[in-house]
Amino acid sequence: MRVVVVDDHHMFRTGVRSELAAAPAAVTVVAEAADVDTAVAAVERERPAVVLLDVHLPGGGGVEVIRRTQTTAPGTRFLALSVSDAAEDVIGTIRGGARGYVTKTISGTELVDAVGRVADGDAVFSPRLAGFVLDAFAGAIQVAEVDSDLDRLSEREREVMRLIARGYAYKEVAKELFISVKTVETHMSSVLRKLQLSSRHELTRWASDRRLL
Amino acid sequence: MTTTGPTTAAPPAPRRAGRDLERGLVGGVAAGLADHLGLPVLPLRIGFVVATVLGGLGAVLYGAYWLFLPAAPLGDGADRAGAAPGLAGAARDGRRPRGLLGRPAGRTGDAVVVGVLSVGIVLAVEAVVGRGALVWAVALVAGGVALLWRQADEVQRERWVERTERMDPVGMVLGSGGWAAWTRLALGAVLLGTGLVLLGFRDGGIGAAREVVLAVLLGIGGLAVVVGPWVARLVRDLGDERTERIRSQERADVAAHLHDSVLQTLALIQKNAGDAATVARLARAQERDLRAWLFAEERPGSPGAGRGAAPDTLAAAVRAVAAVVEDDHGIEVEVVAVGDAPWSERVQPVVAAVREAVVNAAKHAGTGRVDVYVEVLGGAVDVFVRDRGAGFDPDDLPADRHGVRGSIVDRMLRHGGTARIRSAPGEGTEVRVHLPAPDEQAQQAQDADDGVGSTDAAGRGAQ
Repeated sequence: MRVVVVDDHHMFRTGVRSELAAAPAAVTVVAEAADVDTAVAAVERERPAVVLLDVHLPGGGGVEVIRRTQTTAPGTRFLALSVSDAAEDVIGTIRGGARGYVTKTISGTELVDAVGRVADGDAVFSPRLAGFVLDAFAGAIQVAEVDSDLDRLSEREREVMRLIARGYAYKEVAKELFISVKTVETHMSSVLRKLQLSSRHELTRWASDRRLL
Repeated sequence: MTTTGPTTAAPPAPRRAGRDLERGLVGGVAAGLADHLGLPVLPLRIGFVVATVLGGLGAVLYGAYWLFLPAAPLGDGADRAGAAPGLAGAARDGRRPRGLLGRPAGRTGDAVVVGVLSVGIVLAVEAVVGRGALVWAVALVAGGVALLWRQADEVQRERWVERTERMDPVGMVLGSGGWAAWTRLALGAVLLGTGLVLLGFRDGGIGAAREVVLAVLLGIGGLAVVVGPWVARLVRDLGDERTERIRSQERADVAAHLHDSVLQTLALIQKNAGDAATVARLARAQERDLRAWLFAEERPGSPGAGRGAAPDTLAAAVRAVAAVVEDDHGIEVEVVAVGDAPWSERVQPVVAAVREAVVNAAKHAGTGRVDVYVEVLGGAVDVFVRDRGAGFDPDDLPADRHGVRGSIVDRMLRHGGTARIRSAPGEGTEVRVHLPAPDEQAQQAQDADDGVGSTDAAGRGAQ
């Protein structure tokens, strides 16, 4: 799997590179970038499977990278890897289009696992991220204005998120709810879609309110 | 009675007298003078009152001092300027005592100052002139001026306290006083106007009164035109300077905190470089502390968790408990909270039970990691404590294991909640603690035994 690492700290990029190299799975770091412009250039040049993306970057932040490469590198998926676990950063990045969010204290094998999941098209929810998502849909986090019926979480999706937040692995969630792991992943992908959808709806509403559409 | 000029300075370092707004009863003149002269406050105050009664001199002096002495900054300025940046930063944070305590004069202060000043001036003028109408007019003018001046004091004090915004001209007059400030201002202006009209009436008819008022207004207007631009520039400069001061204070705070925490921890890590467990523990504790400090606004209550202060929400309390167990047992406890509830006696047993569950997991599970999930929805509290360790058979608990039975299950039952333990050998353990919403709980409590008094004590003891 081809991976691009985007982070403005050289030391951290080196650390990620060596951890990924030590992992048994075939993950190769094909490029590194330290700010938005070089990241966009690297993604467009390399077309990697996954971009490990820092949230705070010089030149506009990780969301800016996703926005600018969405059309030019359609197959590329983004996994946010940040030291910040502030709700605004986490939810904002997911809504920007990242497929998952892990913090920098994650271990090498967990990181490789997460990269693999994201490359396969699944969502990666850490317990903390699941907690933020539940908060966002409950309206406790201000960044999420989830008001239309379409964007509500179904009972099952909520249940899955709660179990993830409680520290269950995907396999354990499946066992607990008597469903298959594949179904768990489907639920999580749809949670992710709803989360991103609600922000797109917000954007549409914002634009039409101002007669831009 | 002191008549020595307080502004005459001692040779080496010019000490400047100021009014102490924190300890003052009226305008802080007596308190400020007492501070400056090194005398007790009470005799000075008595002196002012006595001098006021004997011919009004006290009130006049008090008013003069009020006019000319600036309000001293909060706390003891000299003391704070000389302190180390860390201490000053801690003082600004509220982590150190301010030294001078006590609320400044409140609304009663206004009434007192108006009363004293008016009576004193009325008496003084009556003693000199002995004319009824004039005296009352002068009294009204004096009252108005006193009220306006009092408002200026409030604003000055707020300026010392407030650290964030640049100052604006409206704020300079009104501060953040709201309706109280407006009322005071309006009342003062009305008193002043009425006094002036009365003064004019005395000399002859409504025409003269109008002329007097008009003349005063014109005079004020002219003064505003002349002085206005200069005042505006002064305000801007003052704002710039204050921004700079705030910035340097904040830099000092950051430096102090980094020194206290991060540098110390890094030094410890260097010394213990060979001991992986200690290094991990130190790094984790430091990370937690730094996060709490950096994101203090986002998570109210969490800075207290790092500094040993009492947490003020349920999630903060759980985080604090998790932090303690992390440090004591060298494991990682991940706390995820959805929703939150204010800290109260009601949620206290939940925290105690969670603490017991996390400690059990740390001791017996044999893994380095425990997940804690706190959920508050509609007042009901659910907490899940999960580990993936050794596990055990809940039906096969030895009778002497009081931790699980007494501290978790029974405690929750006594407080109207439930606790369930799910575990199997090799599959880890999950403790679920549930506390229903208060109204639900009240219904349940009606037919339940009342053992709250003793259990509360037990719960507090376990904390």
